[in-house]
Parts: sequence; structure tokens; C-alpha cells
Amino acid sequence: MSEAQIKSLEKEFDARIARDEKIEPKDWMPEKYRKTHIRQMSQHAHSEIIGMLPEGNWISRAPSLRRKVALLAKVQDEGGHGLYLYSATETLGITRDELFEQLHTGKAKYSSIFNYPAITWADMGAIGWLVDGAAIINQVALCGASFGPYARAMVRICKEESFHQRQGYEILLTLTKGTQEQKAMAQDALNRFWWPSLMMFGPRDDNSPNTAQSVKWKLKRKTNDELRQQFINQTVPQAELIGLTIPDPDLKWNEAKKGYDFGTINWDEFWQVVKGHGPCNKERMKARLAAHENGQWVRNAAMAYAEKKESKKLIKAVS
Amino acid sequence: MKKEWPLWEIFVRSKNGLEHRHFGSLHAADADMALENARDVYTRRMEGVSIWVVESKNITASNPDNNGELFEPAQDKIYRHPTFYDLPDEIKHM
Repeated sequence: MSEAQIKSLEKEFDARIARDEKIEPKDWMPEKYRKTHIRQMSQHAHSEIIGMLPEGNWISRAPSLRRKVALLAKVQDEGGHGLYLYSATETLGITRDELFEQLHTGKAKYSSIFNYPAITWADMGAIGWLVDGAAIINQVALCGASFGPYARAMVRICKEESFHQRQGYEILLTLTKGTQEQKAMAQDALNRFWWPSLMMFGPRDDNSPNTAQSVKWKLKRKTNDELRQQFINQTVPQAELIGLTIPDPDLKWNEAKKGYDFGTINWDEFWQVVKGHGPCNKERMKARLAAHENGQWVRNAAMAYAEKKESKKLIKAVS
Repeated sequence: MKKEWPLWEIFVRSKNGLEHRHFGSLHAADADMALENARDVYTRRMEGVSIWVVESKNITASNPDNNGELFEPAQDKIYRHPTFYDLPDEIKHM
């Protein structure tokens, strides 16, 4: 294709997105649109899969059967969400094996929040309430994304995820009504997860070079800072309601902007964790790799069995 | 030996009386496994009463580049729609 042809296709493509038309996998798209989507969607899929690890560890330690079935269902949902997103990403012409390869070699990232440890039961509450809460805000904005398969996966995920946040909040609510130790445990979990949750929305807009293009392509419907502000505004009253204190001395209602002002985020910590130096990066990758490698023989056996059945069918048909 | 499981397209009937609708896709070694996986992935909350699985390679899709010759001819055939025909006002429903 000549450069002039590509330019004209790009112009038509941008016009389609501006008209709020959806882009489907077989439609022509700029190479950069494809690549950016593969990167963001696979990162999202990887986050779901890695996100199962900190919570999976608590399934056998849940304090009651009610909590246990809820946590099991939540972790199973996350596996399912990873699958929706991997499948949607594969429509862009990359294979599942290639996607796993990128995760396992560190070429693809996942959400940094999962590189923090979950050390008490209250962390299951904080993760559901804050981490899923932040994820939902991100994902609701993405239900209107321009790439059809991504938007459809997001709609399904959002529908399923609201129970994740509610069960987390309920865990903390119960703890805050308990003994002094239980209340302290809830506050401690909030102290540790508050700032990393704010970092989940990504760097500040003035330090996020891809935002403009992503907004134009409707891969992002709102900027990082807008979403972060929305999360804070919604979460602070929820903390107050159950008697927990947000660990930010600078947090203050600003009547003029109808939102909370908040303290400075430690971006050095954010970049450290992104670059692989968080508390659990190595542990998470090790667990993920072990699961993948230890399951390889099962996947091979299933394939061999399917092929054997298929060839038997063929022999029967011929004879 | 390493071989990726083939891709399957999943169609689910949400309740009797409705058609099967495309829900998404997944990987499975064979059709039986595709059905089992589809149940776990797409119907965890009573979303369906029946599932079809079709291996993706068996689907032939039209090419969006041909949308012009495929679909545009219908645009100038407005006489296929009821509103094309003028009837007296006395006729309320037809």
C-alpha cells in the first residue's frame, strides 16, 4: 500500500472513531492502534491472572464458610476475566502462547498493585474494596472503548465485578465492628493499600505521554487524573462510614472543585515497583511460571488425546 | 512437544425462546472440553440453558473490504420498506 493510501485510510479510520463507530477485528486499523491495544488489553488480562495469586493464598484461611465461597467465586471470576480479555486480544492477531511468553519474560506488565503482599485477612477486605473499586472505575470507563471485543469484554466484567467490591467492604465493615485488634487490623490494611490503590490509575496526566492518543482512539475515555479523583471522591465517605481513617493528612474537601484535595503520591515507589523491585514481583512471577510449567504436561496430554480420538474417527470413516 | 489448543467460538441460548448468541471464544483440546470450559467461563451466573461450540477455523466470514458490494445495494431499495407506499389517511393500520 502506498503512503498516500495509508494516509487516506487513517483519515477514514479517525472519522469512524469520532462518529463513535466500533472497530471490529477484521476492519482495517493503523498498526499503532493494533499494537497499543495488544499492549493494554494483554496487560489487563495478565493483571486478572496475577491478581488471583494474593487472594488464592487466603482461600484455605478464610474465617468462615460464607467468606470462603465468596473468595473462591471471586478468584474464579478473575480467571474468567483473564480468559475474556486474552480471547479479545487474540482477535488482533497474536496467539495465547505469545501473550504468555510476553508475561513470563517480563516483556508485558501487569498491574503493580499485585506486587504488594496480602499479609492479614483484612487485606482481603481492602483488596476487594479498594483494588476492585479502582479497577471498576477504570473498567466502567472502558465499556465505551472503540475496539468492539474489548468493550464487550468490559461490559461483562463490570457486571460480574460489583460483588467483588461489596464483599471486600463487608469484610472490613465486620472487622470494624469487632474487637480492638480486629479494628486495628482493618485500619492497617487500609494504611497499606490506600496509596498503591491510587497508583493503579497510572502516572499523572502531565507525565503520561500516551494519554492523548489513547483518548483520541477511545482506548481511554477519561484521563488517569480524572479517574483517580473520581475514586477518591467516592471512597472517602465509605471509609468514614465504617470509622476508618484515610492515611493522608493532606486530604481535605475542596468545595470549589466539588472533590477532595489529596497529598502527593510517591511516584518513585510506583516506578520502582513497575520496574520489578516491589515487595512481591519475584514471588508472583515464580508462582505464575510454576503453575504454567507444571500444567504443560496436562495440556499436552489433552491435545494428544483429542488427536487420537480424531484419528480413530477418521479410520472408522474410511473402513 | 508444545502445541496450542485450538480456538472455539461459543454461542449461548440465554433462555428458551431466544436464539443462541455469540458470547466469545476460548481454547480447548476438543469439542467436549470446549463445552465444559464454556460452561465455566460463560455461564457462572445462570446466563444460559444451552451452549453451542464451533471450532473457529470452520467459520467463514465476509471481508469488511467487500462491504460496499455486499451491503450497499440494499440502500437504494427503499420500496422494500412499508413507509415507501402512500395510503389514504383513513387507513389507520396496515
